[in-house]
Amino acid sequence: MSLTVPAVPHEPGRAPESAAEVVGRLEDTWRARPGLRGWLSSVDHKSIGKRYIITAFVFFLLGGIEAAVMRAQLARPENGLIGPDAYNQIFTMHGTTMMFLFAVPVMDAVGLYLVPLMIGGRNVAFPRLNAYGYWVYLFGGAFLYVMFFLNTGPDTGWFSYVPLAGPEFSPGKRVDVWAQTVTFTEISALVASVELIVTIFKTRAPGMTLNRMPLYVWSMLVQSFMVLFAMPWVASASMFLAMDRLVGTHFFNPAEGGDALLWQHLFWFFGHPEVYIIFVPALGFVSSIVATFTRRPVFGYPAMVLSMVATGFLAFGLWVHHMFVTGIPQLGASFFTAASMMIAIPSGVQIFCWIATIWSGRPRFAVPFLFVLGFVALFLIGGFTGVMIASVPFDTQVHDTFFIVAHFHYVLIGGAVFPLFGAFYYWFPKVTGRMLDERLGRWNFWLFFIGMNVTFFPMHELGLLGMPRRVYTYLPETGWGGLNLLASIGAVTIAVSVVVFLVNVARSLRVGEAAGANPWGADTLEWAATSPPRPYNFAFTPVVESREPMWQHPAELPAVEGLRTDVREVLVTTLLDAEPDSRHRHPEPTIWPLIAAIATAVLFITLIFTPWGAVIGTVLLFLAFVGWAWPRGKDHQEQLMIEAES
Amino acid sequence: MSAVLQAVLQFPGAHSALKPAGPQARIAEGLWNSMYATAIVVFLLVMAALLWAAFRRRRAEEPAPDPARERRMRRVVAAAVGITTIVLFTFLVSDISAGRAVTATPGKDAIQIIVTGHQWWWEVQYRDSVPQRWVTTANEIHVPVGRQVAVELRSTDVIHSFWPPNLTGKRDLIPGNENSLWFQADSAGVYRAECAEYCGHEHAKMALLVVAQSPDSFARWLTQQRDTAHTPADSLTSRGQEVFLSSACAMCHSIAGTPAGSRVGPDLTHLAGRATIAAGTLPNTRGNLAGWIVDPQRIKPGARMPPNQLDPADLRALLAYLETLR
Repeated sequence: MSLTVPAVPHEPGRAPESAAEVVGRLEDTWRARPGLRGWLSSVDHKSIGKRYIITAFVFFLLGGIEAAVMRAQLARPENGLIGPDAYNQIFTMHGTTMMFLFAVPVMDAVGLYLVPLMIGGRNVAFPRLNAYGYWVYLFGGAFLYVMFFLNTGPDTGWFSYVPLAGPEFSPGKRVDVWAQTVTFTEISALVASVELIVTIFKTRAPGMTLNRMPLYVWSMLVQSFMVLFAMPWVASASMFLAMDRLVGTHFFNPAEGGDALLWQHLFWFFGHPEVYIIFVPALGFVSSIVATFTRRPVFGYPAMVLSMVATGFLAFGLWVHHMFVTGIPQLGASFFTAASMMIAIPSGVQIFCWIATIWSGRPRFAVPFLFVLGFVALFLIGGFTGVMIASVPFDTQVHDTFFIVAHFHYVLIGGAVFPLFGAFYYWFPKVTGRMLDERLGRWNFWLFFIGMNVTFFPMHELGLLGMPRRVYTYLPETGWGGLNLLASIGAVTIAVSVVVFLVNVARSLRVGEAAGANPWGADTLEWAATSPPRPYNFAFTPVVESREPMWQHPAELPAVEGLRTDVREVLVTTLLDAEPDSRHRHPEPTIWPLIAAIATAVLFITLIFTPWGAVIGTVLLFLAFVGWAWPRGKDHQEQLMIEAES
Repeated sequence: MSAVLQAVLQFPGAHSALKPAGPQARIAEGLWNSMYATAIVVFLLVMAALLWAAFRRRRAEEPAPDPARERRMRRVVAAAVGITTIVLFTFLVSDISAGRAVTATPGKDAIQIIVTGHQWWWEVQYRDSVPQRWVTTANEIHVPVGRQVAVELRSTDVIHSFWPPNLTGKRDLIPGNENSLWFQADSAGVYRAECAEYCGHEHAKMALLVVAQSPDSFARWLTQQRDTAHTPADSLTSRGQEVFLSSACAMCHSIAGTPAGSRVGPDLTHLAGRATIAAGTLPNTRGNLAGWIVDPQRIKPGARMPPNQLDPADLRALLAYLETLR
């Protein structure tokens, strides 16, 4: 790599280093600590990102197994495989797992892995907080499943409507488990969003102005802001619910002046943006894949960015369309109808721009690109039914039926999981250094695509034929048996495709073709790092001069020199133009985020059983944060000296 | 009654948003048809564009981003977005006018019914200016053909949703909130409604029948429902009544004309006239009724009714008595 643009001046008294020296020193400085303790105290965004992705994928498999059990139960009328108690727990676990433990975390996880690489940084802005967010998420998810296996799994749906979820109609601890799991995931999602916003705003490589940022990074920025504004609503809702249940408040109890509909407003004011929180990063995946596999920049960069931002705003104006049958006045409802239809426009803009990109590019039909083509077909269907159910008179017919189940699986599987699988195939070589197998990948794609349609397309008709959601069985006379059996066969096909994917991953990890740094000939900075990247990502922080740095400088990127290599130092740049702003001492690995996460878990879990949990947990958490923030020896002295100098 | 039963067994037509039998359901079906047709056309167009874009024949050395071509593409994309907006706007206008038609206030001569949701059955009440003429029944609504029916929706426990798809869209029953809707059956028949809001354990088994009949037979039905229960005429049925009143039955159920007056469970005054038991999920036959009384938990696990251990002779007497409650 050439060393042009010395953007950060050398510190006085330090001699310039040769490239080999730089790499050697960086290896020493950024090396991960050895052993189990080292593993537990890692703050590298890549190792945490990988753990995050694998954990989320495990939850995806668990949620998928739950879906399979439900499809087995519904395969024929009056089936006795499982009773209502098990079924209600399982559908609640499926929804809660897929929304709170898979979809949002996996999008954050991929973002936390990729964003620093894509913007030419060394790590996320707050690496210890990042580790804390992961541990909290892991403990929350593990807690939910432990309780589920102890037959205390929640059974009031992933939406937990009151009064059903209130103290009177759901005694016991099941709903408390749900409420606290949600609290865990809220914290980790908020942590990830703060993390990503600051990382994107302040640690981009010099020259990567906002309008040169990759579309994927834009998508994560929009998503993070959405999380920031959506999560507090469900946090307050779940806290109110926990208080109604545990300390006898009456937020949702109509008999004491509370309001059952308040819950729905709070929940959906979070719940609808949630869908777009999952979907917007997927738009970023699609844009990355489209650019690489058509060998040209995505057409209409400003329109793409503005569409994502518009989606982010409009997503907050739709929540009432989940409540069209609660007796909302018609005038109020029509506002939300209009907003729900309007959000189709930015989605349309992006689809048209991608089609234009593909038309004017030279497409290569590798597996990631297949998933993108599949995404367009499925997402269109989900989008159309979305526009249909924005209409109040029609929605009153299909609301809470299998039509809705079909709709949102098209949107979420078609709109988010397909791009995610595309992203797995696309970035797998970067993460592991090996390519996934193309032939198995095609099997994976086609089985998934066919299975998805066989499972969910018949559900549209089931809904119109009157089949409500969340039923553990149905009568033979309803005539729903045939279509349900078809849907269950489709579910088997999806399961097979996921197994093919797992086989592909397991095989490719051992014998996959070696990838090299940039196997796809892509345009963004993560492909400048080695595959897999070193702990410091880039030996030299690159300097960006265009939107497609790797296509502009295929051989060597211009780079910054002068950053310290003997300590963990990163470059902070300005928000708009990414001009070098300051140097920042980066934290060392530490075990304290794990300890703080354990204290958080103690707080939330004991709170379910005794109010003293609040006291015990708060004290532990306080001690953990003191330990976390305790000034440490030499580092601290040095930091003070740097501050005194500047 | 056997005609009613037969109609119930023809479910697919009796429970479908695509076979409208009332004005609101017809409006929703019309919207569905037009939106479905539009969606198919747009889907085919976009997919054709996508596949053509991906698979079109390319010259060997096509320049990647060519400024003149980019400008043309911008115009095409802008036009596509414009068309999308127009289509959406058309939908919006037709939705709002359909919404006005659906939510219009019912006329003054509409029949007034109060439907109360319980875990997991429906209480139905026909009110009258004279309280003695009130009629309470369960899991079955009778309505005259061609007349508006205004339904007041209430819940005393959790949220339920009332949905007879052939007649109208659904509306939630929310504790603490009063909701209402109206519908009208244009042709005689039995239409099924299922609870559409998840309401706990037996949400799947909470259905209701809407029996639309000619105005005359409706009037006859209503008059008959106002009667108190028959007094037992023979020793077997009087023994049955005795069993009813002295066992757990009377703790929850009421039978007008007897001391049983509890409103925890469905009113049984005219039980034998109803087509189903267990909230629209079991045909009302002697065998089913016996099975239900002895062990409801096997048929509907979690239902609020406890199992009843009755002496076989007592059970026979009870069944005989219940069968007289027409």
